[in-house]
Amino acid sequence: MTAIGDPITRVDGHAKVTGKAKYAAEFAVPHLTYAVMVTSTIGSGRILSMGTSDAQHAPGVLTVMTPANAPKLPQGGKAAVHPPAGRVLSLLQDNLVHYNNQPIAVVVAETLNQALYASSLVTVRYQRENPHLNFEGGFATAHPGSHGKDPADKSIGNLEQGMAEGEVKVDQVYTTPLENHNPMEPHVTIAEWEGEKLTLHDATQYISGVKQTVAKSFGIPDENVRVLCPYTGGGFGCKGSTWSHVLLAAMAAKVVQRPVKLVLERPQMFGPVGGRPRTHQHVVLAAKRDGTLTAMQHDVHSHTSEIEDFTEPSSSVTRTLYACPAIKTSQRLVPLSLATPTFQRAPGESTGTFALEIAMDELAYKLNMDPIQLRLKNYAEKDPIENKPFSSKHLRECYEQGAARFGWAKRNPAPRSMKRGHDLIGWGMATATYPANRSSASVNVQFEPNGRVTVTCGSQDLGTGTYTIMAQVAAATLKLPIELVNAELGDSAMPKSPVSGGSQTAASVTPAVQAAAKQAQLALFALAAADKDSLFHEVAPQDLDFENGKVVRKGKSGGEDFKELLARNGNKPIGATASAEPEQDSEQYSKHSFGAVFAEVSVDESLGMPHVQRVVGVYDVGTLLNEKTGKSQLIGGIVWGVSLALHEEAHIDNASGRIVNNNLAEYHVPVNADIGEIEVFALNFPDTKFNPLGARGIGEIGITGAGAAIANAIYHATGKRIRSAPITPDMLLT
Amino acid sequence: MQPFEYQRPQNAQEAVNGVDAAHAKFLAGGTNLIDLMKQQVELPTRLIDIKRLELAKIEEMPGGGLRLGALATNADTAGHTLVRQRYPMLAQAILAGASPQLRNMATNGGNLLQRTRCYYFYDPAYEHCNKRKPGSGCAAIEGFNRIHAILGTSTACIATHPSDMCVALAALGARVRVQGKGGERVIEFADFHRLPGRTPEIDTNLRADELILSIDLPAGPYAAHSAYVKVRDRASYAFALVSAAAALELDNGTIRSARLALGGVAHKPWRSDRAEAMLAGKPASQQSYVVAANAALEGAKPFEHNAFKVEMAKATIVRAFSLAAAGGDKA
Ligand SMILES: Cc1cc2nc3c(=O)[nH]c(=O)nc-3n(C[C@H](O)[C@H](O)[C@H](O)COP(=O)(O)OP(=O)(O)OC[C@H]3O[C@@H](n4cnc5c(N)ncnc54)[C@H](O)[C@@H]3O)c2cc1C
Repeated sequence: MTAIGDPITRVDGHAKVTGKAKYAAEFAVPHLTYAVMVTSTIGSGRILSMGTSDAQHAPGVLTVMTPANAPKLPQGGKAAVHPPAGRVLSLLQDNLVHYNNQPIAVVVAETLNQALYASSLVTVRYQRENPHLNFEGGFATAHPGSHGKDPADKSIGNLEQGMAEGEVKVDQVYTTPLENHNPMEPHVTIAEWEGEKLTLHDATQYISGVKQTVAKSFGIPDENVRVLCPYTGGGFGCKGSTWSHVLLAAMAAKVVQRPVKLVLERPQMFGPVGGRPRTHQHVVLAAKRDGTLTAMQHDVHSHTSEIEDFTEPSSSVTRTLYACPAIKTSQRLVPLSLATPTFQRAPGESTGTFALEIAMDELAYKLNMDPIQLRLKNYAEKDPIENKPFSSKHLRECYEQGAARFGWAKRNPAPRSMKRGHDLIGWGMATATYPANRSSASVNVQFEPNGRVTVTCGSQDLGTGTYTIMAQVAAATLKLPIELVNAELGDSAMPKSPVSGGSQTAASVTPAVQAAAKQAQLALFALAAADKDSLFHEVAPQDLDFENGKVVRKGKSGGEDFKELLARNGNKPIGATASAEPEQDSEQYSKHSFGAVFAEVSVDESLGMPHVQRVVGVYDVGTLLNEKTGKSQLIGGIVWGVSLALHEEAHIDNASGRIVNNNLAEYHVPVNADIGEIEVFALNFPDTKFNPLGARGIGEIGITGAGAAIANAIYHATGKRIRSAPITPDMLLT
Repeated sequence: MQPFEYQRPQNAQEAVNGVDAAHAKFLAGGTNLIDLMKQQVELPTRLIDIKRLELAKIEEMPGGGLRLGALATNADTAGHTLVRQRYPMLAQAILAGASPQLRNMATNGGNLLQRTRCYYFYDPAYEHCNKRKPGSGCAAIEGFNRIHAILGTSTACIATHPSDMCVALAALGARVRVQGKGGERVIEFADFHRLPGRTPEIDTNLRADELILSIDLPAGPYAAHSAYVKVRDRASYAFALVSAAAALELDNGTIRSARLALGGVAHKPWRSDRAEAMLAGKPASQQSYVVAANAALEGAKPFEHNAFKVEMAKATIVRAFSLAAAGGDKA
C-alpha cells in the first residue's frame, strides 16, 4: 500500500533514463521544417533594412520572416493576457530594437543546418541609439514596481522613531547580479496548423497559459489551440511565460504551411526568455542592545526592460520574517536596454534573503550576540505587517534542529578562528522562507476496465516529480499500490491546472487528486449499488469502502474487485473530475514555509578560492508528500544557493548591452566538484489550514537563505564582509 | 555552420598537401574548432580530419625525454605512467583543464592551437575584434575584461591563451615537431605562441600548411619538485583566472635552477626567465618565492576589471613554488 510521504522513486524515472520520455523537441511530426531565430546585435535602436536575399536563396530555405513580411497579428501581437502567461513580446510587428539579442527574424528551412547557415547570411542595417545601461544612474527616476498582489511600498509603524530608539545599527547596500535560468532543455516549440486549429509541442511550465496567450494573440478561439508537454526539462521560472519564439514558430508554420520546429540556441537563452534582474538593496536595521529590533528598512531597486515592468520583490522577506514595530519596504524599477527579466527560482526571496540575512549576521556581530539568538529574539509569532496569524509556523524548531545537526554550539564566533591547511574555515547560518501558494486545479480520476486507475491533470512536470505525487496521492487515497496507478499530465485538453510556478503545483494539484479520487470512488459505489449482480446491490455508499482494488463493506472482509464490477457493467471506465480551491478561510492567515540553513565554507587564505564544504538545511514545509522527490527539490535549491553565492552572473558589455558570457562554458553554475555534503531535513508538521494534505510547496525555498549562510560563513572564515553576489576569488584575496 | 568539404588523409604528408588555396583546417578532437565553426568564428571551406593518423603514441626518446604524439588525447597523456613519473606537473596541468569528457576528445596538438576565450572574439555579434576581423579594433580593452591579459598586451589585443597544458609545457621547455609541405622542423615552445603586437590574428608561428607531429619533452631534473596551481571561479570546468607551473631543482635547500610559467595572464603561456634567474642559487624559502613572484609580474598592466590578477598571480606563484619544494602535491 502506498502512503503519503513514502520515498517513492519517480514513476517517470525509467522512461527518462531510457530515453522513452519524449520532450517537446523530440516529437516526430511529419513534414517538419526547422526554424532558427535571428536576433539583434545592437542594444537599442531600429532596423532600417534587412538583407535577406542570400539567405532566401540558400539551399533548403522556405522563408525568411522579418518585420517587413511577417504576418500581422491583431492588436500588433499584444494579447491582453496577464503575466505570467502573457508578456510583451517581439513578434516582428515593428522595427524597434529594445535590447541586444532580441528576435528580429526567423529563417525556416528543410533541415536545421540549412536554417542555421541561412540565418548567418541575413544582414541588418540599424539606426543605433545608445543603450541605457546605467543601473545606479537610474535610481533618481526609478518608478514603483508592484508584484502580483504585492504593492511597491509596504510599511508599518513609525520608522523615524524606531531608528531613533535603536542603539545599534546596520546600514548597508547588498547587490545581486543579472542571472539567466539555463535549464538543460532550452525553450522549444513545434507548431502545426490544421486549418484554423493549432497544435503546439512546447517546453513550458504552463500549458493552459500558452494555449490562452497564443489563441488571443492570433485572435482565434481558445479551443482551437492544443498544447502538449508531457515532460519539461527544467524550467525554474523562464518557462512560466509564453515568450516570443512560441508565437514566431506558429507564425512561421502559417507562412510555410508546414509544421515548424524552433529550438532556441543556447546563446538565445540569454535575453529573449527572461532572467533574474539585478538588485541593489539598501537595508537598515536598528536594534536595542539586547537585540530587539526597533526598525527595519529595505529599499530595493531592480532593473526591468524598456518594454515591460517586472519586479524582483526582494523586500518581501522583510515584510514577513521578523517582529518589529517599524518596518519600511519599497520596490523601485529602473528600465534599461535589456531584455525583460522574469521569475527565477524564488523571485524576491532568493535575493532578498541574501541581503536581509547578511544584514542580520552583521547586526549579530555588532551586538556580540549569537545569530540564532538574535533571530529568536525577534521571532515573528504573527505576520508583522499583515498582522495575521501564520497558518502554521515551526521556524523555531528549524533553528534548534539545524543547530544541533550542524554542531553550531561548538562555533567560536570570532572571524578567522578556524584553519585547516591553507584554508580558513567559517560557519554561517541564515533563515530560509518562501510563501505558500495555491490555486484552483482540476483532476480526473478513473477506474479502468483493465484493473488500473488513471489520474489525469493538465499540469506540468518540470522534472520535479508531479507525475509521482499525483500517482502517490491517488494511490494513498484509494488505498491502492502505486504500481496500479497511471498518472497523465501535460495536455491542455486535460482538466485545467495552474502554472507550475510559485512552488504551487503539489499544493494545488494534490487536493484535487484527493477530491477526484473520492468522487470516483463514490461513482464506483453507485455502480455497485445499482448492479443487482453485485455483492453490494442497494447498499448505501456510506456503508462502503475501497481497499486494495476491491469494494468492501465497512469493517468487513471480502469484497468485490472493481474490475469485475466494470466488466459486468459494459466494461467501461468510470470516474470523476473534481476541482479543489484554496481553503475558504485561507485569507485569514499568512502562509509561508520556513527553514534554517547552516553552511561550512573553506577559503584558501592566499588564493581566495571559496569552497562550500557542507550545508545542513532544516525546513518547515508542511507535510512532505514524498520524502525522496521532496528532499531532491530542497537539495537542488541549496545547490542553486551555492550558485547564487559564488558563481552565477551574466556580464553585460557596456557598449552594446549584450551579455558577454552567453554560453555554458563562461556562464558559471556549480559543477559537482563545487558541491560538498548537503543534508536536508523536513519537519513534517502538516499545515491543514492551507491545504487538506497539509503540504506547502517546496520547489523554491531551498535557494533562499543558502546564499546568505554561505556569505556569512565566508565572513566568519576570513573576516571579510562581502555584500555583493557572486563572491569570487578576486574578492577574497588577502 | 558554413558548408565545407571533408577529407580524411591516410598520412601526414597527404594531410599537409591537403592545405591548398582553399581555407583548410585540420580537425583533431574538434572540441574547439567545431564550437568556433558553429559560432561562425572559424569559417573553413575544407576540413582535413587527422584524427586517425598514426600520431597518437607516447614514446620514450633517447636521453630520457618523452615524445607526446600530437593526436594522443589529453586524457591518455595525463594518465600515462611515464608522464606522471617524469613530468607530474604536466599531468596536473592537463587534469586541471576542461572536463573528463572534453579531455577524452581533446588532443595534444589541438590543445596547443586552441583559441582564446575572449568573449569579443568568440561572438561575431561584436564588431570590434582584431583577432577575428583584423583592423576592426578591440572591444575588450574598453569592455568587460575580467578574464583578459595583464602581461605582453598590445593596443590591438588583450586576449589570453586559455590552455593549462601549455603552461606546464612552457615551463618544461618542450619542443614542437611539425611537418610542412617542405619537410619537418622543430619549434621551441617559447617561440611557438606569439604575443599579439599588431597582428593578433596570428596566434602562433606555425604556418598554415604545417601539421604538428609531436610535442617533445627534454629530460630534466624537475620531476621531484614541481607543481601546477590553478585559480578559477569554480572547482572544475572553468578556465584559469591565473595559473602557475613551477619547478625546482634543489640541492640541500638551495635552488640550483627553477622554472616558472604563468597561465591566464598573457596572449601566450608566459614563461618568466627573470623570475627563474633570480631564484637560481637562492634558498628554497617563502622569501625567495615572493621576490621571484614580484619579478615575474614586473611591468604587468591590468585593465578595468582584472587588476586583481596581479596579486593573484603573485600568490599563485608563491603557492606553486612552496608546493613544488614540498614535493609537488596538487593544490
Ligand atoms: C567548455 C570547455 C572548457 C574548456 N576548459 C579548458 C580548460 O580549463 N583548460 C584548458 O587548457 N583547456 C580547456 N578547454 C579547451 C580544450 O583543452 C581544447 O578545446 C582542446 O585541447 C582542443 O583539442 P582538440 O583536439 O579538440 O582540437 P580541435 O578543436 O580539433 O582543433 C583546435 C585547433 O587546432 C588545430 N589542430 C589540431 N591538431 C593539429 C595538429 N596536429 N596540427 C596542426 N593543427 C592542429 C585545428 O586545426 C584547430 O585550429 C576547454 C574546452 C571547452 C569546450
